[in-house]
Amino acid sequence: MPKLTINGTELEVAPGTSVLQACEQLGIEVPRFCYHDKLSVPASCRMCMVEIEKTPKPVASCAMPCGDGMVVHTDSPMVKKARENVMEMLLINHPLDCPICDQGGECDLQDQAVSYGMDHSRYNEAKRAVTDKELGPLVKTVMTRCIHCTRCVRFVDEICGTPELGGINRGEHLEIGTFIDRALTSEMSGNLIDICPVGALTNKPAAFTARAWEFQKTDSVDVFDAIGSNIRIDVRGNEVMRVLPRLNEDVNEEWINDKTRFAIDGLKRQRLDKPYVRRDGKLQPATWAEAFAVIAERLRNTAPDRVGALAGPMVDCESMFALKSLMLALGSPNMDCRSDGADYDISSRAGYIMNSGIAGIEDTDAVLLIGTNPRHEGTLVNARIRKRWLRGGCRVGMAGAPVDLGYPYKHIGDTPQALADLASGRHPFAATLKNAKKPMFILGAGALARPDGAALHRAVRELAEQFNIVRDDWNGFNILQMAASRVGGIDIDFLPQTGGSGARGILSGKMEIIWLLGADDIDMQHIGNAFVVYQGHHGDAGAHRADVILPGAAYTEKSGIYVNTEGRPQMALQAVFPPGEAREDWKIIRAFSDAIGETLPFNTLAELRRSMIEFAPVLGDIGHCRKAEWKKFGKEGDVSAAPFVPVIANFYMTDPISRASVTMAKCTDEILPLITPVAEAAE
Amino acid sequence: MSFIRPVKRLFLFEILRGMALTFFYMFKRKVTLNYPYEKGPISPRFRGEHALRRYPNGEERCIACKLCEAICPAQAITIEAEPRADGSRRTTRYDIDMTKCIYCGLCQEACPVDAIVEGPNFEFATETHEELLFTKERLLTNGDRWEAEIAANLAADAKYR
Repeated sequence: MPKLTINGTELEVAPGTSVLQACEQLGIEVPRFCYHDKLSVPASCRMCMVEIEKTPKPVASCAMPCGDGMVVHTDSPMVKKARENVMEMLLINHPLDCPICDQGGECDLQDQAVSYGMDHSRYNEAKRAVTDKELGPLVKTVMTRCIHCTRCVRFVDEICGTPELGGINRGEHLEIGTFIDRALTSEMSGNLIDICPVGALTNKPAAFTARAWEFQKTDSVDVFDAIGSNIRIDVRGNEVMRVLPRLNEDVNEEWINDKTRFAIDGLKRQRLDKPYVRRDGKLQPATWAEAFAVIAERLRNTAPDRVGALAGPMVDCESMFALKSLMLALGSPNMDCRSDGADYDISSRAGYIMNSGIAGIEDTDAVLLIGTNPRHEGTLVNARIRKRWLRGGCRVGMAGAPVDLGYPYKHIGDTPQALADLASGRHPFAATLKNAKKPMFILGAGALARPDGAALHRAVRELAEQFNIVRDDWNGFNILQMAASRVGGIDIDFLPQTGGSGARGILSGKMEIIWLLGADDIDMQHIGNAFVVYQGHHGDAGAHRADVILPGAAYTEKSGIYVNTEGRPQMALQAVFPPGEAREDWKIIRAFSDAIGETLPFNTLAELRRSMIEFAPVLGDIGHCRKAEWKKFGKEGDVSAAPFVPVIANFYMTDPISRASVTMAKCTDEILPLITPVAEAAE
Repeated sequence: MSFIRPVKRLFLFEILRGMALTFFYMFKRKVTLNYPYEKGPISPRFRGEHALRRYPNGEERCIACKLCEAICPAQAITIEAEPRADGSRRTTRYDIDMTKCIYCGLCQEACPVDAIVEGPNFEFATETHEELLFTKERLLTNGDRWEAEIAANLAADAKYR
């Protein structure tokens, strides 16, 4: 443990800690451009210079490991002069167009120039100009502003695994760019915007629209996948202007995927802003009272066991709990949150969550992916696996359709037969799993939605026990859910009650009334002649089929608890108000219950939450994962020989919000054709 | 001495002196102005009605940096911006609520391109409140109308800035 002195304070740090990190531990801010916590250290910008006694020159602190007995000064005249000189060099070719730069106000170069910049320039020659590069519909470039910190190059190389950026030419002629002029194919490319310390890479869809100081910032949770990325919603007026990641080392580190960041323009389009009732075959605007009266009339003439409810993938726990209470009050046992039709055994919580946690991926040394493409189904899980793989000593196997994950893996087979091969030890990856200290299975939710999903679930559980991946100190049995509402829905038991039917039963044509709570991704053919109540925020498939539309709130417009695939309940706060006459979903259900005289026993969101947490105490532990107890679970059945197929054909359009988004449509047009299905990656 | 003050008071000396001053002013040049036919001189730094200026080639100067909006202590300025068809950064909306404005001049201080200025015009009283909610169009028209005076004022003041 090296002991060093920084500005007169003595400090003991872990071996391998850099001087810059040691300074951070003491709360001393060291200016930097190229250094980033999550990336490799090139030490190229030279801004983080400090003075270390007995060294003749200032030292780049980001690349200098702490040594025993070092005496470091970060505020000496020598340090100030060194940093001022670096800043002057950086500003030689910087255009200083801050007034028209979108980074203005949140720019590292701007901020640090205040401390270390000169009030005038000594450079009288012509500044260089660089042609802007085309990086696709998400990232705008103004390459003249680039200071060549290479954070973007390292980000796409190391985090994304799509090495599409690089430096071309040398010295004065150095340019950062794609070698061939085409869009970035990574689904995390939006993070380049955050990572760029200057205004060279900025948000293209939000170009010029707002300034950093204009926003009201709300902490929220992403609902486009089941990772539950922590996000910050930046709002101006009643308009969501942008979404940024929030640091959470256990979930999303400091990244979010492009859908999370850019699909928000879909929140302004195709919105349901008033109730509709189908009259004479046409949906016509109505008042809330009329809409409620139409539903109440139908309910009066329908037996309760012919009423069903389905919850879609983006619904918060409160809304589902409210709808469940309503269904029970009506006397109907038919409800399901698994609108994809999955009916695997959920008797044990360990059977439907990611037991190791996302951060647990960093401890594993063998990963088996089963029927999943984590790159599209949980981008940040894939980023973690890549991070683990990059560190070395981790092998990845894949039983499923071969896809490009950004790191090499052993393809075991694309049918469930691969699991049998592993169980019998016929495939060499079985030995890898057997010898691994902390092996991990990641089972995709898409595979579980297959007709034989329940049997597959059991088969994987048995395989997990065979390879001893569930022990007292380690549980590597992981389900990668795809829907933000799924784990929460199962936790609050939004599932067929005793004698009730699940999604498949509800969609078999025998229901007379179906309440769709944000459920669009079901085959509307299967609804039959049922009377459909659609409660949701977008005019998508569900609203198209509906007989009554109750306009609800999107995730930015309500406060709600979402449980991510790890089983971690997280609270999203309300950032804006729902448009028009739309209301928060639990309020709609509560108001409807009042209208039919079955008043639900909660008047405020707090009361609803209290009774929900009473029912499912695990939801009360906001932000934390509880370890799930391992039980024998699984349903009897035969696994079919049908191959696993990718469940997400178009990553950029998976839900009503992203389908309504112009930016996502551009991505579909420009980026999707570049991603060709890649054959087996060699290991 | 002590008898001078009673004597002055007895003969109303101060009144006479005041009347004398008044009398002499009858022969001096008058300072009253026949407004609105006559107007007094104003400083080049006079902060009157706002205007958005253009470059000599007709291109509007404003680049939607929003510094004026940020600095405005009365929060009288509202700006919305987006990329124009040619890719340049321009405002789609530039409103000043002249009834909120306190004519402090911070907007023109903040402007990096001398686009928003407070011109020499102070005669823009209106009959309704709505007429004082200036839009971008109105401000640009102001700029076109007053450009000669504004440019002269800026030139006169340039050496002190």
